Amino acid sequence: MTETVLRTSPEKRRFSVDMRALSPFIALIVLIIAGALINPDFLTASNLLNVVTRSAFIAIIAVGATFVIAGGGLDLSVGSMAALTAGVMILTLNNLGGGDLGTLALGMLAAIALSAACGMANGLIVTFGRIEPFIVTLGTMGIFRSLVIWLAAGGTITMRNFELRELYRPVYFDSIFGIPIPIIAFMVVAAIGALILYRTSFGRHVVALGSNEDVARYSGVPIWRVRTLTYVIQGICVGIAVLVYVPRLGSATPTTGLLWELQAITAVVIGGTALKGGIGRVWGTVVGAVILELVANIMVLSNFVSEFLVGAVQGAIIIIAMLVQRSVHRGR
Amino acid sequence: MKATVLKIALATGLMAGVATGAVAQKKDVTIGVSIPAATHGWTGGVVYHAQETAKQLEKGYPGLKVIVKTSPDGAAQANAIDDLMSQKVDALVVLPFNSDELTNPMREVKKSGTFVTIVDRGLKDPSIQDIYVAGNNPEFGRVAGKYFVDNLKQGNVVVFRGIPTVIDEERVTNFEKALEGSGVKVIDKQYANWNRDDAFKVMQDYLAKHPKIDAVWASDDDMALGVLEAIRQAKREDIKFVLGGAGMKDMVKRVMDGDKMIPADVSYPPSMISTAMGVTAAHFYTNAPMRGTYVLDAQLITKDNAKEHYFPNSPF
Repeated sequence: MTETVLRTSPEKRRFSVDMRALSPFIALIVLIIAGALINPDFLTASNLLNVVTRSAFIAIIAVGATFVIAGGGLDLSVGSMAALTAGVMILTLNNLGGGDLGTLALGMLAAIALSAACGMANGLIVTFGRIEPFIVTLGTMGIFRSLVIWLAAGGTITMRNFELRELYRPVYFDSIFGIPIPIIAFMVVAAIGALILYRTSFGRHVVALGSNEDVARYSGVPIWRVRTLTYVIQGICVGIAVLVYVPRLGSATPTTGLLWELQAITAVVIGGTALKGGIGRVWGTVVGAVILELVANIMVLSNFVSEFLVGAVQGAIIIIAMLVQRSVHRGR
Repeated sequence: MKATVLKIALATGLMAGVATGAVAQKKDVTIGVSIPAATHGWTGGVVYHAQETAKQLEKGYPGLKVIVKTSPDGAAQANAIDDLMSQKVDALVVLPFNSDELTNPMREVKKSGTFVTIVDRGLKDPSIQDIYVAGNNPEFGRVAGKYFVDNLKQGNVVVFRGIPTVIDEERVTNFEKALEGSGVKVIDKQYANWNRDDAFKVMQDYLAKHPKIDAVWASDDDMALGVLEAIRQAKREDIKFVLGGAGMKDMVKRVMDGDKMIPADVSYPPSMISTAMGVTAAHFYTNAPMRGTYVLDAQLITKDNAKEHYFPNSPF
């Protein structure tokens, strides 16, 4: 697929790339129209802001996943990693005990450090162990999940300091100029992600690695370093997502982040990144995450889908959205 | 080859188990307890109460030994039961992951002469169990429904379902049955998987969809916490209260403290494992008849009786 893109003339290339990048946005618009037809309450500002806000965790994690997948890898451990990071962050805050900004900053630092380290572990095992990333991250998924269950003794890890909880709560619930902070957070993360992927040599190395490892190696791409770094980026993104997640409910449970890995991968693929690597679309990924959350929202707002069939309709909508996208760029 | 050696070892273990069964009258009794590992709040509570009760019983009945084993899934539980049998237990107290899966292994246990106590989820063939301690899911729904009829009398209620299972179905159908003929109306039902985050999202959507909600049946304490956060964010004043369920310590504490949004809770106590262990031990140490089925009530926890349901040291 990449080869044909490279062979076409520059002018035509830019045009076809634009269409492909646009297709998730088209799917998004179709969904919004469908939602408005189903229930007029859907289009209220508060509902739309709620939906986009809560898609922030998956969107931020999925930006990291875009790097891993574009580089030909896969990370199944992100949901468990998020739960573990959230658990350790809350335990750190509880142990420090203070209710001030300094305590909060230390807790945040611990979260980012831990998630980056988890990502680094994934990356190093994949590259130096030369094991399929599917297997490695399936293993670490179990490890991270068990660790959080162990830390919580099967129960809940909750922020104990009430002042700190109130100090931190606005990070999820407040807005700046009418835009909720989580939305700003994921826009910033996506912008930085896009910058790295499209404008730096590292970004080009990731894509080269994902489209053909051998060619990349002969072209002098530092394969091991690039691959490990994609997992570290994924880890840092999980950490940032946790920073936005913790203030919402102020707790982590053994079910925190369950199946987030599948949602993140789905968001990446809906966004137009190839699951086999070689193409990465950061903004598409963000739209993919919003689409996933919108579908769930429309299901609850609709009156005609029985609660027993919600999953089936949701699955069908996602498949149809992908078909619409495909037909859009096949028609070009 | 290895497998055969293992089997022989296991078989000898089983025979030894039968042998000690005959010595039970001498008051040297071993009780094995097999429960799910602490993978979510409620099972975390089960593990805590099982371990606490084991200590208490060993102190109370000289010569008694209690071995508690936790397993992460149904297959592992079948193995754990084999292990316990090889440790010559006289009685086995089991809270099965899945009663269908465990019916056959437990039949073998019963055949070897071991006393069998089943908790919460009954086996397919009830003749296997000597004692059955059951939580009461239909009652759980009825008690909650009755609370809405008595306290709300009239209004719109939204319902949160758990994970699609028999337990959930029994709770919800009986909740709705209890509302029949009253002025309380269920205006929406959705699954939120007994999960805080999912409940938060569903409640946000309910609030967008329904301009007037009088009360919420969250049906579970974890879900109730997500619901409360969504209500707080929306700053909606129409919701009078949220009823959870299970008896999580944080929620019982709020009932105890007189929180207006959480005036009550419905118990589904993880400590039912303690009841089962206690009755099983009593079978060996007293002359009172113990065999039979014990159905525990789902109790309404209010400010008056919250103290009895509050275990500050439990993880749940």
